[in-house]
Amino acid sequence: MSGPMRLEKGGLIDRSREIRFQFDDQWMGGVAGDTLASALLANGVRLVGRSFKYHRPRGILTAGSEEPNALVEIGKAARRTPNVRATTQELYEGLYAVSQNRFPSLKWDLLEVNDLFAPFLGAGFYYKTFMWPRAFWERLYEPLIRRAAGLGALSKQTNPDHYEKAFAHCDLLVIGAGPTGLMAALTAARAGADVILADEGDRMGGRLLSETITLDGQPGPDWVAGVLAELQGMDNVRLMPRTTVTGAYDGGTFGAVERVGLHLSAPAADLPLECFWRITARRAILAAGALERPIAFRDNDRPGVMLASAVRSYVNRYAVAPGRKVAVFGTSDDAHRTVADLQAAGVEVVALIDARADATTTLDVPFYAGATVTGTEGRLGLRRITVTRAAGSRVIDADCLAISGGWNPTVHLTCHMNARPVWREDIAAFVPPEGAVPGLTPAGACASRFATTDCLGDGVAAATEALTALGAKVSPPDLPRTDDAAWRGAALWAVPGKGRAWLDFQNDVTVKDVQQAARENMVSVEHMKRYTTQGMAPDQGKNSNVAALAMLADVTGRAIPETGTTTFRPPYTPVAIATMGAGGQGAGFAPQRYMTSHDASVEKGAPMIEAGLWYRPSYFPRAGERTWREACDREVGHVRTAVGVCDVSTLGKIELHGPDAGRFLDLVYTNTFSTLAPGRTRYGLMLREDGHVMDDGTTACLAEGHYLMTTTTAAAGQVMRHLDFVQQVHAPGMAVRFTSVTEQWAQFAIAGPRALEVVNGFLDTPVDDAALPFMGNCAVTLGGIGGRLFRISFSGERGYELAVPARYGAALFRDLVARAEGLGGGAYGMEALNVLRIEKGFLTHAELHGRTTAFDLGLAKMVSAKKVCVGQRAAARPGLTGPDREQLVGLKPAGAVKQILAGAHLFAERAEAVRENDEGYVTSACYSPTLGTTLGLGFLRNGRARHGEVIRMVDHLRGVETLCEVCDPVFFDPEGGRARGETS
Amino acid sequence: MAKLPETSPAAGLLPLTHGGLTLSEGPARRMWMIQPYPGREAGLDAALRDAHGIGFPEPSRSTGQRGGRLIWAGRAQALWIGTADPAPGLAQHAALTDQSDAWAFLKLEGAGAEAALARLTPLDLHPSVFKRGHAARAPLGHMSAILHRRSAALELFVFRSMARTAVHEIGVAMRSLAARAAV
Amino acid sequence: MRIPCPLCGDRDRREFYYMGAAEALTAPPGPEAPPEVIDDQLHLRTNPAGETRDVWYHETGCGAWLIVTRDTVTHAVHGAVLAERRGTTA
Repeated sequence: MSGPMRLEKGGLIDRSREIRFQFDDQWMGGVAGDTLASALLANGVRLVGRSFKYHRPRGILTAGSEEPNALVEIGKAARRTPNVRATTQELYEGLYAVSQNRFPSLKWDLLEVNDLFAPFLGAGFYYKTFMWPRAFWERLYEPLIRRAAGLGALSKQTNPDHYEKAFAHCDLLVIGAGPTGLMAALTAARAGADVILADEGDRMGGRLLSETITLDGQPGPDWVAGVLAELQGMDNVRLMPRTTVTGAYDGGTFGAVERVGLHLSAPAADLPLECFWRITARRAILAAGALERPIAFRDNDRPGVMLASAVRSYVNRYAVAPGRKVAVFGTSDDAHRTVADLQAAGVEVVALIDARADATTTLDVPFYAGATVTGTEGRLGLRRITVTRAAGSRVIDADCLAISGGWNPTVHLTCHMNARPVWREDIAAFVPPEGAVPGLTPAGACASRFATTDCLGDGVAAATEALTALGAKVSPPDLPRTDDAAWRGAALWAVPGKGRAWLDFQNDVTVKDVQQAARENMVSVEHMKRYTTQGMAPDQGKNSNVAALAMLADVTGRAIPETGTTTFRPPYTPVAIATMGAGGQGAGFAPQRYMTSHDASVEKGAPMIEAGLWYRPSYFPRAGERTWREACDREVGHVRTAVGVCDVSTLGKIELHGPDAGRFLDLVYTNTFSTLAPGRTRYGLMLREDGHVMDDGTTACLAEGHYLMTTTTAAAGQVMRHLDFVQQVHAPGMAVRFTSVTEQWAQFAIAGPRALEVVNGFLDTPVDDAALPFMGNCAVTLGGIGGRLFRISFSGERGYELAVPARYGAALFRDLVARAEGLGGGAYGMEALNVLRIEKGFLTHAELHGRTTAFDLGLAKMVSAKKVCVGQRAAARPGLTGPDREQLVGLKPAGAVKQILAGAHLFAERAEAVRENDEGYVTSACYSPTLGTTLGLGFLRNGRARHGEVIRMVDHLRGVETLCEVCDPVFFDPEGGRARGETS
Repeated sequence: MAKLPETSPAAGLLPLTHGGLTLSEGPARRMWMIQPYPGREAGLDAALRDAHGIGFPEPSRSTGQRGGRLIWAGRAQALWIGTADPAPGLAQHAALTDQSDAWAFLKLEGAGAEAALARLTPLDLHPSVFKRGHAARAPLGHMSAILHRRSAALELFVFRSMARTAVHEIGVAMRSLAARAAV
Repeated sequence: MRIPCPLCGDRDRREFYYMGAAEALTAPPGPEAPPEVIDDQLHLRTNPAGETRDVWYHETGCGAWLIVTRDTVTHAVHGAVLAERRGTTA
């Protein structure tokens, strides 16, 4: 027996499969088909949590995802998940649940004293009390409030679980698999449409699983099983149980969360716990049903007070008696239905209280028409209720009170694209706004058609309309006959009287709070909401919005439509950040790009560092080297005195073809390329449309009408986008085509006085300076393999870049490095590469950072006046040239402190180091083993005219101050003879 | 010097089998990007038919047979895949760029291949939508990929440098589907 | 949000890079234009409430630059043309 409150028969549970679970470290038993909530109720547990602000004892109110009270933590340690609704958590073997927001225990909660101070903790309490002194807010008030008012706690450990993201597409998305959704899906499926039927429950069928309604003479669940069996057998239907459609977005896109492994005792490591779906649907039907509304009356929040629909769910679906003596209080025939179901299950009903004065009943039950519940008793659970009629009051013993205040259509998704629901006076409810989400049709109870017969018909009609719009031929299925009557009821929001009557259980907002907000002139619904925090808890006001609005309307003497309403935003139910961020954890955040030399570099012990998406070696440590600097200094020395090898394949390489390719390059580069002869290479500067420098690099003319452009590693994507833009927008008629060949070629820089020896060791036909002068290029073969050789230098030394098809890259790199090592050199990494280029004053994106112009960089002469290029005119605007500009300079230490740091700012020697006196900043810095000093590159106001001047470098962040001499940015071999091979 | 040894883009990573799905590396092929110059599309198409007996593909389609085929690979471009290089004469009408080493060529086979890729691409790969001979340029995770359906296999082309990421991410999707099937 | 790429069909917004209003594509000012005109061309946009045309790049798709017509009030996307053909279709 799975608990004392379990009914002997009935329900959609499997009594033969017992499940053991823990709640607050106490072992209990349930059965297959239970939720945690139904299992707790079966075990007679009514107290499941404490309220947010007053720490009031709370019990299970609902049987669905709208549950405001029964929030628990599931799992242990890093796998702990807070704020899980016990009403939707399926039971599994060994489930470990703990109640929240209580200390030291659920029954003895110290902060229950908050409830005694309730008169002081009403609406606006935080705003009024913690205003002053201001400094106290962060240090005192906020930590205190956060501790007192709270929900579950995060584990604060790295999430070890697997989550998933996926895309789906369909003709018709049906949201909700109750009677409406099932008929809609069936109609569309039979018409051959590609259908997705999504339902948040673990079992499809909606209210039909919880009611005693029959369809074509069959019990609801049996009819549901029949429909599902048909749908399951069709290729064009995807059933997605445990999937909550959380948001409606532009263009027929919906967000949905599928619970994949959360109902399993030991999910496999590869199984995602949840999957975040993005569903693109040509049409959608919202069959989300309706949510029953509570009624506000004094102390209506005690454990044991439960929605009538939930009572029927627990009795009919889960075979659990929610109490031993149950009273039912409502304003509609649903209250009567509840009594009938309870009695049929053998549960004692002690009172049927119907607020309608003209109500009658044929049920054998103590009946109170025109009566209301005006109070309750029982500290940790309901014991007695007070029923009041015109004739007077009486107290009735009851441990469960079912309440039914009518239904609110679940309009949420129809509001996700900025529409507000529309009030309908005749049914006292908000209904979906017309056409609010293009392509989405609300149907059934969420469109205010509550009776099962109407839902079935509405599902067929909505699907027929949607499919016809998509051009399909539909033959609507026959409608099953039901014994469900039309809904009859009246609205009752709150029972007048003294004491506190709860509207928002989750955020502890009472009728009084709303009244007080109105008295303090928070008469706008948006103000009332924020002042009282009504509707701002995880349930987002599902249980309370309409009633709170009705209260506000009442106290301000306005009708509900005049009072207005708040709207709903995604997500419909809370979504774990881990689920939304699925796939983005760790390395999954972005692709990792590996060079062909990667494994060889790793084998040599090189730490790999990120350069954009690429991984590049930082340095290649050798035995005896204790710091990266030692390795770096050695590698710089290799290049300056012998030969170094560096994989430069990450640089963007774009191949251009066509008779107009030269003209096209003239358009995108500031300097002229149409005059570049085959076999020659030129350095180019590219501007953005606004005249600032976008990128630099060399472009080689390989043959007539055939060029190879290189970009920096960082800007390769941006340059490609830019070239596409210029070609498609400014020059669509030019006969030029280009494509990226970054991935095609593995390219290695071989630099140093002995570079040619290394290169020639690989070429079938050796080259010399006559065949390949500085800035030349030529086709080569290596053991028969076609390659390309460029005489370019980013180090200032004699330099070559040798490119081979990438399949040979891994092998060539090893051989090149071995050869270089044999000549007293070796591989060099990013650190050495950076030192070498700073010594030469060569630029990277530290300098080309998007706010610098050709003038700033001292490259104004590269902007040809003889032709037009992108950004040329914009670069000539006032303010982008002249002595007020910060210009590229070199910096050398000139005082006792030798440190130069990138990011530091520059000031005149005697000026105070404050923003007003800021004259520039350092962009790059290094220690130069070649020159035996620290070097910096930076931008200094009117810097080119200030060479020789001593200035102050101040790094406020790291507390370093250095006197620097301003100099030319080319520190080493300013004549460039080494690269040309004239000196070494 | 001796000929350098070759390394394929997904060397040591494939094949991979999980559940009913197998991810493998396609055979080494000559691959060229063929990009007709503006106004030369018809000339290219005719030259292709002359030289190889296949036309230039319409957007989102492929053409060709075993010897050489063309997969549409974006605006004004198609990827030649063959056992030999395309005819050099095509260069009159189009830019021809060797890409034989630029792409990792992967094949995903087995029932549910579409479901695995639905974890990575926003493209609708349903067999009734993305049919045999259909091609697309679309994201695969955060990667830009060429996708193509050829008989029983979905062919994927990603940048060579991203082969490890592609294999890893497709592998995760394959394992996830296998784990779902086991529930 | 879905954008109808003229080459690839309806595609998810995340495949596209957004540049800005299509006003940026109007003919660049002549060589005699004062700097203010160049400035306006670069930076001045009308920001309409309602129908607008803007420029998108199908970055993880076909590489085409598109001019997309959409509504800033309703978020409806009305259509897209290739930027290189805008002379003939716009």
